[in-house]
Amino acid sequence: MSVAISDTPVRSGRRRGVWRGRIFVALLLLSMAVGFVALGTLFFDVLSKGLAYVDPVLLTNPPSSDPDIAGARPAILATLYLGILLILFTVPIGVGTAIYLEEYADRNRWYNRLLELNIQNLAAVPSIVYGILGLAFLVRGPLNLGNVVLAGGLTLGLLVLPMVIIASREALRAVPSSIREGSMALGATQWQTIWRQVLPAAIPGIATGVILALSRAIGETAPLIVIGAATVIAFNPTGLDSPFTAMPIQIFDWISRASNDINDYRPLAAAGILLLILLLLAMNSVAIWLRNRYEQKW
Amino acid sequence: MATRAESLSLAPPRKRWGEVVIKAALAACALVSVATTVGIVVALFLPAFEFFQKVSFWDYITGTEWAPLFLQQSFGVIPLIVGTISVTLWASLIAIPLGLGAAIFLSEYARPRLRATLKPALELLAGIPTVVYGYFALTWVTPHLKDTGLDVGVFNALSAGLVMGVMIIPTVASLSEDAMSAVPSDLRYGAYALGSSKLQVSTRIVVPAAVSGIVAAFVLGISRAIGETMIVLLAAGQQPNLSFDPREAVETMSAFIAATGAGDVPTGSVEYKTIFAVGATLFVMTLLVNAISIRLVRKYREVYE
Repeated sequence: MSVAISDTPVRSGRRRGVWRGRIFVALLLLSMAVGFVALGTLFFDVLSKGLAYVDPVLLTNPPSSDPDIAGARPAILATLYLGILLILFTVPIGVGTAIYLEEYADRNRWYNRLLELNIQNLAAVPSIVYGILGLAFLVRGPLNLGNVVLAGGLTLGLLVLPMVIIASREALRAVPSSIREGSMALGATQWQTIWRQVLPAAIPGIATGVILALSRAIGETAPLIVIGAATVIAFNPTGLDSPFTAMPIQIFDWISRASNDINDYRPLAAAGILLLILLLLAMNSVAIWLRNRYEQKW
Repeated sequence: MATRAESLSLAPPRKRWGEVVIKAALAACALVSVATTVGIVVALFLPAFEFFQKVSFWDYITGTEWAPLFLQQSFGVIPLIVGTISVTLWASLIAIPLGLGAAIFLSEYARPRLRATLKPALELLAGIPTVVYGYFALTWVTPHLKDTGLDVGVFNALSAGLVMGVMIIPTVASLSEDAMSAVPSDLRYGAYALGSSKLQVSTRIVVPAAVSGIVAAFVLGISRAIGETMIVLLAAGQQPNLSFDPREAVETMSAFIAATGAGDVPTGSVEYKTIFAVGATLFVMTLLVNAISIRLVRKYREVYE
């Protein structure tokens, strides 16, 4: 039985469809472009306003009310301290949790499932709530550390802990079970297998995750504001128990200051932003390089 | 050669205590995350509870005047909630269509190499510190909005909302794209075989099939917008304002917490406890939004064989 095909409706439909398809693609490209155009505008704006102020003065001087001699040295150093504290805190605990969840935990037990759900929830909590947590427990409350570097580092550490855990789990999961089984077959205990076979294989993935978490933490301002990072500090942080600031806080301070024709802090803020973005770009590049260089295809 | 049967034994080996200790240590690490959640709940709700001993909960929830630090104190939280919703609305208006559009492009139209370059580039948008976005909103977007003739104040909800929307685009796009990639290609090929155009396949086959993941992406974006602090702190202002007019300054819940936390309210005072009360409100709101997302995902999830 033959089916009658009338060709005029099909042909005109196809023509209309071609234009509709093209307009659709154009809209989609526009959607993609908006984000990048905004990003580009942001970069150019910050670059044009701040480049003049990016010089050794910015790096080596303490802040001052005179924009020409103001620098961000305490903020830069404090950010470095916070970063180191963060790594010391999150890596053992995050990787330990990931190892527990991936290698030791029985997935059918309710408490392990709750643990996983808990970590997913923590990743979605707004960062300012972590600031409140730090304020209530670390700065005032039971530990009563005061608004010092240690409190800041721990708060940021708690903030990015879920990220580190999730990234480490992915890295551990990517190691094929044949490696584990082979090791066990040769008589190794579970921990020996993990420590000598699985973990070394997962380190690139874990390192990438840690660096990304670090770069997220370095850009965070809100939690540090709530736990009382000082906005005007003229001396370098002296240790774990000294008041501190951080680069995003310094930038925030410079933006919020009233600028007039005599003292204009906005270009200074732009310069600080350039520094921060440079730092973040460097870190992310290292993370991407690590991933590409050491990624193993099993 | 005969094997020495006495040396073989089927009894389990002696327990290695080192292994037990290590497992306990790792479990202790895992408990840190539990402690964090418990800590958050206690840190928010204990002082909030004390706060509600002093201030009536009904006044708090229904009051339309937020002035905790003034001489004539008033603790109605509605202006803060309205501020949060107003900015979130504008952010969603930007992030949801553009994010979905970007996701459809990446998933259906872009060649694999292009996708491999564009996807990380989009992640770059998400990696920019929010204080930088706040700076951008305050010093570039607001003046340019004024130039277009719109009568916006120095602080206004629109700038903050627009910039926040751009910041959230990668979140929405990334998750939506993951959801769309998970749709089996068989569905697409079947549609092409029946004569569909790419437009029809994308909009009538792939998107509906991935709708649960896409909705989850939208809701995640919204919940990020609700909790975001720096952009609104810098660009929307610190004036509680019961108004949905985007040209006016508003204060969101998160901006209030940051501003008050940065100031010097005496510990233990009622003003200090407002931080926790508003924090608890914010937390509950985020939880509700996430719970809605989980239910929606479960309801619309497509199961493929």
